[in-house]
Amino acid sequence: MASHDHDHPHDHDHDDHDHHHDPHAPQKDHDSGPADPHEVLEQALRELLIEKGVLTAGEINAQVDFMDTRSPALGANVVARAWTDARFKQRLLADTRVALAEMDIDIGSLADFRTVENTPETHNVVVCTLCSCYPKLLLGIPPAWYKSTAYRGRVVVDPRGVLDEFGVKVPDGVDVRVHDSTADLRYIVLPMRPPGTDGWSEKKLASIVTRDTMIGTAIPKVTEKTAARAARGKSAS
Amino acid sequence: MSEPKRKTRLRKGAGGRAAHDVGGLLDFGPIDRAEHDPALWEKRVDAMLILLVGPKKGAFKIDAMRRVIEDYGQQEYDATTYYQKWVRAIRNLLIEQEVITRDELDKKFAIVATEFEGRGRSVPSKVIP
Repeated sequence: MASHDHDHPHDHDHDDHDHHHDPHAPQKDHDSGPADPHEVLEQALRELLIEKGVLTAGEINAQVDFMDTRSPALGANVVARAWTDARFKQRLLADTRVALAEMDIDIGSLADFRTVENTPETHNVVVCTLCSCYPKLLLGIPPAWYKSTAYRGRVVVDPRGVLDEFGVKVPDGVDVRVHDSTADLRYIVLPMRPPGTDGWSEKKLASIVTRDTMIGTAIPKVTEKTAARAARGKSAS
Repeated sequence: MSEPKRKTRLRKGAGGRAAHDVGGLLDFGPIDRAEHDPALWEKRVDAMLILLVGPKKGAFKIDAMRRVIEDYGQQEYDATTYYQKWVRAIRNLLIEQEVITRDELDKKFAIVATEFEGRGRSVPSKVIP
């Protein structure tokens, strides 16, 4: 395997992200230093599979590239469409797969896929307590914390506490619903459109829809920065 | 191939739960929200799995993958990251399904480990994880 520093997706997971100002360093630097034996194992298995003609290097690279096209920006476009087109929203809530197909987003056939809508009465948050099931074909590879036992363990019994840690204060009168995903059922949260976005284009709206707003651990916000960027017509997509 | 080895090992202090069944347990400390871009090797593990379980290859089923990961004991489950679990499970299943042999993997692992070291990346353990 060649050095892979230029293969990292430097764009879609950082810009405009809820953790933009997170003081934490990245969890791991994979580009140098001692190798994780699992990395060696990966290459060994890959080479064997290629030598035996089970897979080709081209197929593997193409699949890696394909997954790199799946990022929260894709989900953000869907949310923005739902905010601006009430009929699309109805279709999205009624049959997420069919609505996404309208936008040329294929979410595969393995799992049922549902959209849960935040309202003034209900806030939704998604977890997978048993593993890390996630709408990967819509949002990309899930964040590390989503897969952590700490999040999976606690969010189902102390959702308000967990949301508070993520900076989401759910008022007492608002219900919190926690949706436990499985291998056969995935969820995306449809956040509420924030005030101050009247007249925004879909593109502008999509720019404030972050990954975490579609998991339910963040609320879309209009900040001076996003408003200014929206005014300039730039977007996350 | 021999009978599948099903031996669910229970999580300590969690009733009859298996290691992966952590919903409602509060033993894991604070949530680490640090972001983590998947490394290329992790993306390749992801890609290999999708291809291997896909209709074209059908090397094994995604349910078999779950079976292997859900059978990890607590120690292995808690000590490994997501893609570490995956690559171990793919290894198990490729051997179990006789796509590769343990002997082939042993030899290849040694060659690849030497290659890593030739590029200045030490491999702390020569034991296949």
